[in-house]
Amino acid sequence: MLKIRNLCKTFFAGTPNQVNALRDIDLDIEEGCFAAIIGTNGSGKSTLLNAVAGAFQVDEGVIELDGVDIARQPEYQRARQVGRVFQNPFAGTAAGMSIAENIALAMRRGRRQGLRRAVGSKVREEIQSRVRTLDMGLEDRLDNAIGTLSGGQRQALTLLMATWRRPKLLLLDEHTAALDPKSAGQVAALTKEIIQRENLTALMVTHSMEQAVQLSDHIVMMHKGQIIEQYGAECKASVRVADLLNAFDRVRRRELLDPDVADLLARQYA
Amino acid sequence: MTLVIGSFTIGLILSILSIGVFISFRILHFCDITVDGSITLGASVAAVLLVQGHSPLAATLAATAAGALAGFVTGVLHTRFRIQEILSGILVMTALYSVNLRVMGRSNVPLLDTRDIAAPLGGILSVMAGDGEALMLAGWRVPIHDVAMLLTAFMMTAAVAFMLHRFLLTQFGTAMRATGENPQMIRAQGIDNRNMLIFGLACSNGLVGMAGALLAQYQGFADVQMGIGMIVWGLASIIIGEALVGKAGPGFAIVGAMMGTVLFRLLVAIALRWGLDPNDLKMVTALFVFAALVLPRYGKDLGRKLMGGRRHA
Repeated sequence: MLKIRNLCKTFFAGTPNQVNALRDIDLDIEEGCFAAIIGTNGSGKSTLLNAVAGAFQVDEGVIELDGVDIARQPEYQRARQVGRVFQNPFAGTAAGMSIAENIALAMRRGRRQGLRRAVGSKVREEIQSRVRTLDMGLEDRLDNAIGTLSGGQRQALTLLMATWRRPKLLLLDEHTAALDPKSAGQVAALTKEIIQRENLTALMVTHSMEQAVQLSDHIVMMHKGQIIEQYGAECKASVRVADLLNAFDRVRRRELLDPDVADLLARQYA
Repeated sequence: MTLVIGSFTIGLILSILSIGVFISFRILHFCDITVDGSITLGASVAAVLLVQGHSPLAATLAATAAGALAGFVTGVLHTRFRIQEILSGILVMTALYSVNLRVMGRSNVPLLDTRDIAAPLGGILSVMAGDGEALMLAGWRVPIHDVAMLLTAFMMTAAVAFMLHRFLLTQFGTAMRATGENPQMIRAQGIDNRNMLIFGLACSNGLVGMAGALLAQYQGFADVQMGIGMIVWGLASIIIGEALVGKAGPGFAIVGAMMGTVLFRLLVAIALRWGLDPNDLKMVTALFVFAALVLPRYGKDLGRKLMGGRRHA
């Protein structure tokens, strides 16, 4: 479903602050696969997700979604096929507008926004019935401003909005990281439920290896802008958090001996 | 009485400007200084067309279109050429000064013996009043033309407010509001926030141009200087309106902007009557907006201090 080839992105190229955020990334995600990307801070996992979402233009490479290269499409155009949930619970909704209005926008994601009433009675009924499935009591508060809700509630609604019209790809950017443990658990469970029910293809960035192990079918491990390890469906079942930690340790140790890095360090401190 | 009617009429005309500023400032969260130029543009376009003998309605519509074009340019400067929002507005406003002089051919176009947009209603009223020149209102003699202008301004403002309110609740209008609130979110819904902003600024300045056209017809001239400080006028009106009716939803905000404009205009008329030097007016307006923006914040701190003090005592 998602096919990434030779994806490269360098920030601040040619300056002392140059960051090779993505180095020659190749990645394949099958249809219906829920993949998790883990990695240390600055490993490029969020950058990879944002590259797929179109938050910036990549330097080179191909991002094929369902056979079409979307690497040069603007962000809003990709959003017609890609659903997104952000780390910041406030990023996915318009705070001053009502729950119903926010969802009504998501119901027309990728379609023309016409001059009909946004929240008519039919739309409201549909919203009410789907919001009820969240079991958060929000179905009676559809006219409240979404900014009055808690982070967890907003994130749950964002998730609902991102998947309202079945996306070809769902992108989750550490979407439970900013929530309290209880809400994080709720949103994680909801994520799994929706993805399974709709059989969605999803790519999730997470800091939590536990979450990666519990939720996903495929784990991608990144370090310094490269994919260093992948656990596919066949071996994923036997992977434990400890294995992932070991893998990271191995990388760190290997890195200490890496001649390139040694060279780099030598040059930096010379 | 003339003073009151005059204030109301200007207040209603400027309500359209305030509604325009409301679109950019409150809905799009874009501080758009183009307004100072586009109201004059509306006035000059309308004045020149009227002098050439075109119908007042056509002149007003043309002024609206001209204003919308100005807003479009500001939006393009900001979104396509990535110029800061304030600077895009300043550039267009500055350029419009020359454009306005070109349109008018000089710095001032008087409207003598031209029909204005209130003429049809004036005709009807005059027939109803038995071909008189004036009406008796609560014991006061009021020229029919003034009454007609007041009613026309009211009808146009009401129509604009009603249509904008309806629009803001449509799918497209909802998307426009979300663009101002959270551009990232609207992009994630598959909508180009940049084009949305351009469209919104065009709407906003279109209304401002319309206000300019009506103002020129009411005061009987268009002047290249007439736009100076208009953005601050609009902001003051919006702030007063929010103090009057609150911010609960776009409907309230629109009505608030209208009420705020009329009230502000009345206050100004009273202040001038009491001897405020007209030259000081803009200073006073600016101070007022400053106070209205800053005081609520300090008021809250002060309130907290007082409350805290009481609790300790």
